[in-house]
Amino acid sequence: MDELLDLLKTNARLTDRELAVLLGQSEEEITRRIAALEADGVIKGYSAVIDEAKADPNSVKALIELKVTPQSQSGYDEIACEIADYEQVESVTLMSGGYDVLVSVKGKNIREISQFVSARLAAIEAVTSTVTHFELKSYKENGIVIHEEERDERGLISP
Amino acid sequence: MSMDYEKLLNRTAVEMKPSGIRKFFDIAEQVEGVISLGVGEPDFKTPWKIRQTAIDTLQKGRTCYTANAGLIGLRRQIAGYLEASAGAKYDPEREILVSVGGSEAIDLAVRAILSPGDEALIVEPSFVCYKPMAEMAGAAAVPIATRVENEFRLTADELKEAITPKTKLLILPFPNNPTGAVMRKEDLEAIAEVLEGTDIFVISDEIYSELTYSGTHCSIAGIGNMRERTVVINGFSKSFAMTGWRLGFAAAPEEIMKNMLKLHQYCIMSSPTTSQYAAQTALAECRADIEKMKHEYNMRRRYVVDGFNRLGLDCFTPQGAFYVFPSIRSTGLTSEEFCERLVYSKKVAVVPGSAFGDSGEGFIRVSYAYSLAHLKEALKRIGEFLEELKK
Repeated sequence: MDELLDLLKTNARLTDRELAVLLGQSEEEITRRIAALEADGVIKGYSAVIDEAKADPNSVKALIELKVTPQSQSGYDEIACEIADYEQVESVTLMSGGYDVLVSVKGKNIREISQFVSARLAAIEAVTSTVTHFELKSYKENGIVIHEEERDERGLISP
Repeated sequence: MSMDYEKLLNRTAVEMKPSGIRKFFDIAEQVEGVISLGVGEPDFKTPWKIRQTAIDTLQKGRTCYTANAGLIGLRRQIAGYLEASAGAKYDPEREILVSVGGSEAIDLAVRAILSPGDEALIVEPSFVCYKPMAEMAGAAAVPIATRVENEFRLTADELKEAITPKTKLLILPFPNNPTGAVMRKEDLEAIAEVLEGTDIFVISDEIYSELTYSGTHCSIAGIGNMRERTVVINGFSKSFAMTGWRLGFAAAPEEIMKNMLKLHQYCIMSSPTTSQYAAQTALAECRADIEKMKHEYNMRRRYVVDGFNRLGLDCFTPQGAFYVFPSIRSTGLTSEEFCERLVYSKKVAVVPGSAFGDSGEGFIRVSYAYSLAHLKEALKRIGEFLEELKK
């Protein structure tokens, strides 16, 4: 990946000036490139990588596999977009393999997610089956290890 | 205590000063919650493929001694590596030795070359081991101070001035710890011109060769006829993030290597077998890992140089290793005072430049083998420290 995107992906809060220093380019160049990446829709937004279990210990996340009957005109797109519209849905991805669409959902508790799956997702006519997996523990998000702080085992000073 | 140890033990060892780094380490250790910029080793883990090879060979029980000089397969790889990177050809059967870190190879070379009464020229500021090793061989260590005006490169004039009829050896440590200086091809050619026709040997400590940020590393062994008088030292610690594996190597003409190998046979037998197998994977498969680490270091290098210059501590842009060497002269403090006050008041540990030779006075060594977040916090604290000094 582009080295500018690489840096932004792990820390979107780096200023244009810092990015310029890190990459050995001018600040104006960085500002221009970021504007272009945003305009082209390569960069869709900026978000923090959050350890959800710490931020809200009661929240629950689930991955839901859906089998979907493709529509004659739009294939999977229309159904996927319909699902993506729900606020509690964090990601929607068309997959190869044993099922068609993978949906990630966040909820306050298991009951809330169960209700969403049965009342919303399973109710869509083109959805022929659902399999729900609840997340137990997250170890790495967005390339960042969140399980525990890595300790620096090196001494304080060495030659 | 009935024995007078001071009097009985080897005089050179008794009189040897402990490393200035050690002293500062003891100070930093006492302060709780210190964040350090003082480490001379990578913050990356050894690439997984290398660790996997070590595990595999342990599982298969491949744990015997190897040939004294090291696994022949590894020596062949090293020969290939040196031909490509140093521009010098070495016979893997007779001219390459796998050592316990670069340090052992330096010690072997120093002892194989120096006799009592000889003088060894040591380019300073530099890594702390050369002087004590030369002195243990009975030789006199003569420092050559490099200067910030020359970006800490060794010049032909500085070398000429230091040479006497007793000069037997020049220790050339580039890319340099602690300054980050590198010698370009034209700099080495000028040095070669001075050495040509003399009886002076060269130990070229190139342990940081892979961490060269502008252009590619250049070895004196590949310049003119310098190969005949040169021992090239390199290793896996810095380039492949393998410090704890203790594996380095030396390459030299057969006549020099023969003597180094005798010393190695008697005191080491052979370098750690597991590490040697792992190193074979490093050379064969981990080029991309090196490049990735180098890219990361390079970003941090720019960030830290910019940071110090913005704080008003003049810092030339080093082209090698993972250190910057900013001047602290503007504060009016000595290197040691600066470092001690900084660690006590802001809990940031850096190493006084004076620990690397008298010519390092007025500078501090800052390692950037740390995450960006860590560097940012440390720079912030140093900025606060400088503000408080002004009051």
